[in-house]
Amino acid sequence: MKSLQPFNLKARKMEERRVAETGDVQALQQPDNKAGRVYYPLGCTIAFNPGWEVDVSGGAAGLCQPVERDLFDCYLGCAWPAQVPDHVSNNPSWTDKCSAAVNDWRNVDVVFP
Amino acid sequence: MTATETFVTAEYRQAEAHRFTVKGEEFLYLVPSGAVFGLSGLSKEIFDLLGTGAVNRQELVDKLARHGYAPADVETTIDEMEYHDVLTTGDGKPKFPSMPASDFPLQRMVLNVTNQCNLSCGYCYEYSEDKIALTKDKPKYMTDPVAQAAIDTLFLESKGRPSLHVTFFGGESLLNFPLMQSTVAYTDAKAEEEGRKVDYSLTTNATLLTEEIADFLAEHRFGVTVSIDGDRELHDKMRIFHNGRGSYDTIAPRIKMLLARHKTNSIGARVTLSSGVRHVRRIYDHLTQEFGFAGVGFSPATASTDRLYKIGGERMDEVLDQFAELAWEFRDYALRGGRHYFTNALDTIKELHNGISKAYTCGAGLGMLGVGTSGDIGACHRFVDAPVAQMGNVLTGGVDHEARRDFLKDHHIGARSDCHSCWVRPVCAGGCYHESFINHGNTSASLLTQCDRIRGWIDLCLHIYAEIGIENPKFLERFND
Repeated sequence: MKSLQPFNLKARKMEERRVAETGDVQALQQPDNKAGRVYYPLGCTIAFNPGWEVDVSGGAAGLCQPVERDLFDCYLGCAWPAQVPDHVSNNPSWTDKCSAAVNDWRNVDVVFP
Repeated sequence: MTATETFVTAEYRQAEAHRFTVKGEEFLYLVPSGAVFGLSGLSKEIFDLLGTGAVNRQELVDKLARHGYAPADVETTIDEMEYHDVLTTGDGKPKFPSMPASDFPLQRMVLNVTNQCNLSCGYCYEYSEDKIALTKDKPKYMTDPVAQAAIDTLFLESKGRPSLHVTFFGGESLLNFPLMQSTVAYTDAKAEEEGRKVDYSLTTNATLLTEEIADFLAEHRFGVTVSIDGDRELHDKMRIFHNGRGSYDTIAPRIKMLLARHKTNSIGARVTLSSGVRHVRRIYDHLTQEFGFAGVGFSPATASTDRLYKIGGERMDEVLDQFAELAWEFRDYALRGGRHYFTNALDTIKELHNGISKAYTCGAGLGMLGVGTSGDIGACHRFVDAPVAQMGNVLTGGVDHEARRDFLKDHHIGARSDCHSCWVRPVCAGGCYHESFINHGNTSASLLTQCDRIRGWIDLCLHIYAEIGIENPKFLERFND
C-alpha cells in the first residue's frame, strides 16, 4: 500500500489527477502501487522486440527468450485477437503438440479461420 | 545554477497541515486544500525528518537510504508529497483559494417577505438590542412587484446555473403567506420558460401554520426550518408572544400537523441557545423523540458581549461538551449504518469528507443575496436594510456589482489576516459577518474569542470522520458531492 494514502474525497480526486498527469502507461498490466517501481508497459503492440527490453524488476532475467515463448504469452496470457489463434473459443488445441516451445515450436501450425 | 542542480538542492519543509491520530493511524488535514491523507511508512518518515526545518532533497534521500529505503522509492514519495502540498519548497507563506470571477453567478435569493413578527424573542437579531436593520421607513410587507423583481434579478444574475433556490424569510415569513403563493407561481412559470429548476425553503416560527399552508409547502417541496428551542420550559424562556406568553403550546400541535402532512422534503429544527437555554442533550432528545424532526441544528444566539442572554466563556464550554457527546453518538450511529439527526456534526463531517476549502465563510454576497421589503439588496438576509453590506435594489438597477465586488474583495480569506496561520480556515474562513459586525462593528473582523472552540470542534469532527472512514467507509458515500 502507498505510504501517502488519500483518505477523504478531495484527496482521492487529487490523487486521481496526479496519476492522470504523471502516471505511466499501464495497458493490460496490473497496477503496481509500490512507490519507486518503474512501470514497464505491457502489450506486444508497443514492444518492438519479441520479448521485453527489461523485465518487471528492471533486469533481463525474465525476458521472453527464446522468442518462441511469445507463442504462449500471446496465446494463453493475452487476449489480443490478431497475433495468434485464440485459445478461448476457436483453437483450444493449437499448441497441444508443443509442450516445450524451444524444441517443439515447429509443431505449431498455421490455422485458417 | 542548472535546473538539475536546483532540483537536487531544493529545500523541502512541511506544508501547512493539521496532524491527528485515530485508532493508531496517522492523518494529515491539509491546508488550504482540505484534503485528508493517511500518513505511514516512508511518507511519515519524510514528514518527520523535516520537522520544523528545511532539508534538501539529496539529504532526504541519503538519510532515508540509511533507514533502508531505496532512493527511487524516496524520490517517488517526495514527488507525490510535493504534488499534494504535503511538502513545499516555497517560502512558507500561507496559500488561499483564488478569488471568484467578478461575474460569479448567483444561486440563491432570500426574500425577507416581511420585517414584522408576531413573537418577541429576547435574542432576536432583528428586533432585540443588537438590531441593525433600519426598518423604520421601509414597508412592513413585501409586495408582488418587489418579489417578482427579486426573482427576475436572481434569474438574470445566475446565468449558466440550471438549478436555483429561493428562501422565504422574515420577520415571520408566514405573516405574508399570500406573497409566498404568488411568488412561487411566478417563479415556477419563469423557471419553466427558461428550462431551469427552482427549489424553495422557508424559515418559520410555526405559530401560523395551517393545514392549507402545510399542503402548499408539501406541494411545492419546500424545505422547512422551524425555529424551536426545546421543550415547553426551555422554549418559552425566550420565544414569547408580545404579551409575554410562551409560544410552545401554540406551535407544538402545528409542527406535528406539518410533519404529518408534509413528506416531500425535509423539515428541520433550528435551536437558538442562550444563557438560560443551554441544555443541548435535553433539547435534542425532545425534538427528535416528541416531534421526529429530520434534523436538529444548534446555534448560540448572536449577541454583543454585555447581553444577558449571551452564553459566556465557561458556559460555552459546557455547550461544546454536549455538542461532543452528541457528535460521538453520531459516530456510534454511523458505525452501525444508522441515522442520527444532529446536523451540526453531520454538516461538518460532510464538509470534511468533501474536503471543502472556503474562500468565504458562507455564500453571502457570493452565491446568495438577501432582499428586503423595499427591494433593497443585502449580502444576506441578516444584512437586509442594514447600514452595511448593501448591494443595490431589485427595482432600481438590480445588483450593484461594484459594491458586491468590493464586499467579496474585503471578505476573502486572503484579506482576513487573523486567519492566515489557522489550520481550520478551509472550513471556517473567519466566521459569520453578522456576528463580527455585532461584536466588533466590522463585518470582516474575525471572531477571535471563538477560535479555540472552533478548532476544537473541527478537530473532534476530524477524529469522528476518520473513525467512520476506517470502520464503515460505505456510510460516507451518502456525502459525496
